Amino acid sequence: MIAVIVVSSFAMAIHPPSHVEAIDPTTLNTNVEFAECNLGTRVNPDGSVTVRIIATQFEFLPRCIPVPKGQQVTFRVTSPDVIHGFFIAGSNANTMVVPGYVAQLRTVFSTAGNYLMPCHEFCGLGHSEMWALVKVLEGAQWKTDASGKASCEIPR
Amino acid sequence: MKYRVENLILAHIGVSFATLAAAAVLGAWQMTVRSGIDPPFATPETYFASVSAHGTIMGYVMPTLFTMGFGYFVAVTALDQPLPSMRLAWAGFWLAAVGTVAAIVPIVMGKATVLYTFYPPLTGSVFYYLGVLLIVVGSWAWVALMIWAMAIWKRDNPGRPVPLAMFGTVTNAYLWLWTTGGVAVEIIFQLIPASLGWTQMIDVGLARTLFAWTLHPIVYFWLLPAYIAFYTMAPQAAGAPLYSDVMGRLSFILLLLFSLPVGMHHLFMDPEHGTAFKFLQAMLTALVVLPTLLTIFTISASMEIAGRLRGGKGLFGWIAALPWDRPMVLATCLSFVLLGFGGFGGVVNMAYGMNAMIHNTSWVTAHFHLIFGGAVVIMYYAITYQIWPILLGREAADVRPLRLQLWLWFIGIIITTFPWHVLGLLGQPRRIATFDYANPAIAPWQPWVFVSMFGGYLMLASALLFVWNIATLYRARPVGDNRMHYAVAVYPPARLPNALNGFALWNWLVLFLMVVAYGYPLGQFFLMDVYPGLVHRVDIGS
Repeated sequence: MIAVIVVSSFAMAIHPPSHVEAIDPTTLNTNVEFAECNLGTRVNPDGSVTVRIIATQFEFLPRCIPVPKGQQVTFRVTSPDVIHGFFIAGSNANTMVVPGYVAQLRTVFSTAGNYLMPCHEFCGLGHSEMWALVKVLEGAQWKTDASGKASCEIPR
Repeated sequence: MKYRVENLILAHIGVSFATLAAAAVLGAWQMTVRSGIDPPFATPETYFASVSAHGTIMGYVMPTLFTMGFGYFVAVTALDQPLPSMRLAWAGFWLAAVGTVAAIVPIVMGKATVLYTFYPPLTGSVFYYLGVLLIVVGSWAWVALMIWAMAIWKRDNPGRPVPLAMFGTVTNAYLWLWTTGGVAVEIIFQLIPASLGWTQMIDVGLARTLFAWTLHPIVYFWLLPAYIAFYTMAPQAAGAPLYSDVMGRLSFILLLLFSLPVGMHHLFMDPEHGTAFKFLQAMLTALVVLPTLLTIFTISASMEIAGRLRGGKGLFGWIAALPWDRPMVLATCLSFVLLGFGGFGGVVNMAYGMNAMIHNTSWVTAHFHLIFGGAVVIMYYAITYQIWPILLGREAADVRPLRLQLWLWFIGIIITTFPWHVLGLLGQPRRIATFDYANPAIAPWQPWVFVSMFGGYLMLASALLFVWNIATLYRARPVGDNRMHYAVAVYPPARLPNALNGFALWNWLVLFLMVVAYGYPLGQFFLMDVYPGLVHRVDIGS
């Protein structure tokens, strides 16, 4: 077991999300990176995909997150208020969202489909209602607008 | 009994199990809410208040009072001397009892719905934090008495080995003192000032790290009474000597060393810590399986001696020859099975990379309910079945209801937790009141939740049967001889090196390991630019 952990962490670079990056939660409203127009999925000029999310009482912004299949996706998540949890059920995308820090993780989705994304940490009485949806898209379904932004909608 | 400590012990263990029965009702009700049945009173307010109460009782009240009571029992029976100060012991009890009331009342009023793990910057009523603090301070009186009692005994018995049961109890006292450091600092310097309105900001990363310091070893504090019973009560109940006394001491010491510098495995998924210390603490966590493996080997060997003394033959014949009708023997076996299943899940949790699959899912809930609710609490029952008759000077005429109760608990915990493992792998998050089973992605979870709810009611039935079993003891027939006999090793040690008869060396080693494991992870919050979060009150408004 220890051998498996040592090999997988050093040789295969399997690490838990440990990107220690501080951010002031009290001024998130004026933070450029997490401004409303920058939230969600974006294909960067170099072709990489970044998803920026704000977790707040009691929803994720945005609620629907499209990502391409078979390509590395970087998630950057932070909270302006209390602790939340970020978890894409059925994948290894899992991190705590702690106010004061940007939680960052990378993953690749190898199967297309809809994935549940519950808040997995108690954040207040509305916690049970805090769910988002990740849509892993392939082929023509995966498309972005001229600025490189991708978006989707869940029927309310 | 010789030293008039009956009422002290009965008070501790009585309060402990009274709160357990209440928390078992809450647990079964919570499972009903999660199943989608929508039982009476089910709202987010009541559900999360119930989770807060269940966790506060099962985490802070029940095991602490049980361990204190059992510790007093061991101190007077194993050392055969009075407690150093009855006044201090009662003071500790009343502090803990008042603390329990102070903590539970705000939860019931909906003013402390922060779960027992606090989750700052969520901030509840100050009485909740003061209550938890009082329980901890009360337990420190017990720590002092255990260390003091052993010191008196060693002074009066120079050169002789401290009886193993007391050695284990004092290990637990030191372990608890180290354990409570983290949470005490968090409560005193972060949570109480915030709840009084003195501070508007709270360093969330620091608070989580301080809590993680406590959160792992607290489980070993709950566990140690079970281990003490494995070594000093189970072989005796089976009718055999203990295979090795030194192995017991080594296990206790290893538990002290390797339960403390490992709590950051609760923070693998946290963004405020880098990979280096997470990896270091993952490796240290792996070492904590050693004392458990040593224990399973030693106790199995002791049981084999018992079985062969009773005429068991062949490779496995000794197992059938064991006195399974005795609750302590049965509970030890059931506890080992639960420890095995729970340990398996725990190894996945501590596995650094694999943790991402199951962190904060029902898998984790399954793991610690198996270990604590299962392996440990079933031993609390067995210990109580052994010592309560001694305290009352009465004996149960029929042990069949006792065995039924243990089996019910065992089957209940298995039926409750096995589906939780499956649900965790399916992605079901823990700590959620209700699920939208109309969603086709969530609908397949519901049958598993139903099965686990059924297990929850079996456990509730078992808890109530336990209370009944204890209550009927008061009408049982008196016995003449109610002395306690602990298992003695096949070859009892005549002399031991100081290292195996005291704790000075080990406390220095713990200090060293804690500085290595937590020095930087705690120091970083003062070295780098960190931004605290705004306090979010949950106890204001209507």
